[in-house]
Amino acid sequence: MPQPIPQDAPWAAEDSVGLVEPRTLSFDTALELECGRTLSSYELVYETYGTLNDDASNAVLICHALSGHHHAAGYHSEDDKRPGWWDTCIGPGKVIDTNRFFVVSLNNLGGCHGSTGPASINSDTGQPWGPDFPMMTVKDWVNSQARLADVLGISRWAAVIGGSMGGMQALQWSIDYPDRLSHAVVIAAAPKLSAQNIAFNEVARQSILTDPNFHGGRYYLHDTYPRQGLILARMVGHITYLSDDAMRMKFGRDLRAGRFHFGFDVEFQVESYLRHQGEVFSRNFDANTYLLMTKALDYFDPAREFDNSLETALAKPECKFLVMSFTSDWRFAPERSREIVNGLVHAGRDVSYAEIDTPKGHDAFLLDIPEYTKLFGAYMHRVANEVENGVNPVEAGNHA
Amino acid sequence: MRDDLQLISDWIPADASLLDLGCGDGTLLAHLKQHKQIRGYGLEINQDNLAACFEKGVNVLEQDLDEGLGNFQNHRFDYVVMTQALQAVLRPDQILNEMLRVGREAIITFPNFGHWRVRAYLGLKGRMPVSSALPYEWYNTPNIHLCTVQDFETHCRKSNIRILERQVINRHHRSGLLARLWPNLFGEIAIYRVTV
Repeated sequence: MPQPIPQDAPWAAEDSVGLVEPRTLSFDTALELECGRTLSSYELVYETYGTLNDDASNAVLICHALSGHHHAAGYHSEDDKRPGWWDTCIGPGKVIDTNRFFVVSLNNLGGCHGSTGPASINSDTGQPWGPDFPMMTVKDWVNSQARLADVLGISRWAAVIGGSMGGMQALQWSIDYPDRLSHAVVIAAAPKLSAQNIAFNEVARQSILTDPNFHGGRYYLHDTYPRQGLILARMVGHITYLSDDAMRMKFGRDLRAGRFHFGFDVEFQVESYLRHQGEVFSRNFDANTYLLMTKALDYFDPAREFDNSLETALAKPECKFLVMSFTSDWRFAPERSREIVNGLVHAGRDVSYAEIDTPKGHDAFLLDIPEYTKLFGAYMHRVANEVENGVNPVEAGNHA
Repeated sequence: MRDDLQLISDWIPADASLLDLGCGDGTLLAHLKQHKQIRGYGLEINQDNLAACFEKGVNVLEQDLDEGLGNFQNHRFDYVVMTQALQAVLRPDQILNEMLRVGREAIITFPNFGHWRVRAYLGLKGRMPVSSALPYEWYNTPNIHLCTVQDFETHCRKSNIRILERQVINRHHRSGLLARLWPNLFGEIAIYRVTV
């Protein structure tokens, strides 16, 4: 007899995609990479939510950010405490409504959650790739995602959606495969990293590279990993994901024990929080992947191929755009999103832009903020309507 | 659709490009997109209006008019439209100049503060006018730069702005004989098409 489902089980909630299972696809056609090297074969791990319709027109691709992966929504088991990283937005009746969309979410190449990456075994050597894994770029990821779409029978995405580094992938999609997406949703992103952004990434990398347990990236062979380096990298990264106000509200100058200890152990709550975040991250994330992903961010600059003209690059897309930013985000501030918007307006593309007023900083894109949910939801509602009414917005409308 | 929006849409030829300042829920843009294949963007700051535009599928950018139009190039649009917002911006003169920089022509509507009812309200009651066209009290009104038909036309003359077309309508959005003869006294809403 089947066990009754406990009513308060989060995976059984009406607006949850429920229990989900990752799948893996193997690719044997060599992938040419921007760095000049090729990956002769590779695997991509992905999840899907919702049902693909008969003409495969309701598919939406979710691109993940720096520390993200394929598990964007739902639960892996009944005991799973935490849902996927974007469960606030993906589910039945949610912003990305799985009653209407077929959602695909993958772990990018070079990742450490199942897709081929530095910790995978290099078949040429029988050893983990480690530092020999080729450097990936946003462009390479988009190419690999296009191959995934081919296998899944999706010739055109209703939307490609991402926040932060995921937004950059959505932007790259619109430039590299203009006829394969109807909408690009670019959230809390930038058209390229600033010197300050690269500087923070470099601090994160140096903390990993100089950890004595890094062993030139071959720590797998020494049965260890650069734990301290990863913790530091995540701590500095995490500071940039929160705003000054968010930190003040969350921690202020609260002391863990209520008084000064005049030492270097954890005293302030914010120290405790950062150390905890770093600690958890270091156990679940591969150091070589972190290095690779931050480099991919640094390299991202779609205008570079077009004489450094963002306007020229943005003349390529045919899709419609939704760009969103958050007022207190200082990692990729609203000004950076407006650079994208202005480039799109200049190029005459269809674009809408919203600047969400929130103190939550860069991480806001992952949160359920009423104004954000409402506007993002309104836009996705329209995308779903277009799919269901058979409107091809690119062919139907001319450019602005 | 509001009659003033209908009037404006009659003035705009097919296939034009357009920027709608304070585009509200996107009614004008959606109408023009559907019936005249215009290409354009709205600017708006109200959240409900942004959501309505998103749903309608019109391009809308969250942008405060008081921060200027510096992100748009010269003559990027055929028309720049601003309905019922001139009186609510910090510097109507500057926004007008900006409209005529980014657009070849500008279309502007505003409530006429010279209408006899407004004059009577102030003149006889001695109080700041409240009406259907001006529904706010003096302390909470967003209308901080009200002007009359005559004020506007004087400003245009001084600033070398050419008035190409004028329509003055009453609160029923009709253009009666009186309003045509004495627009500054009998027009409640003024609609202008101007250029430099």
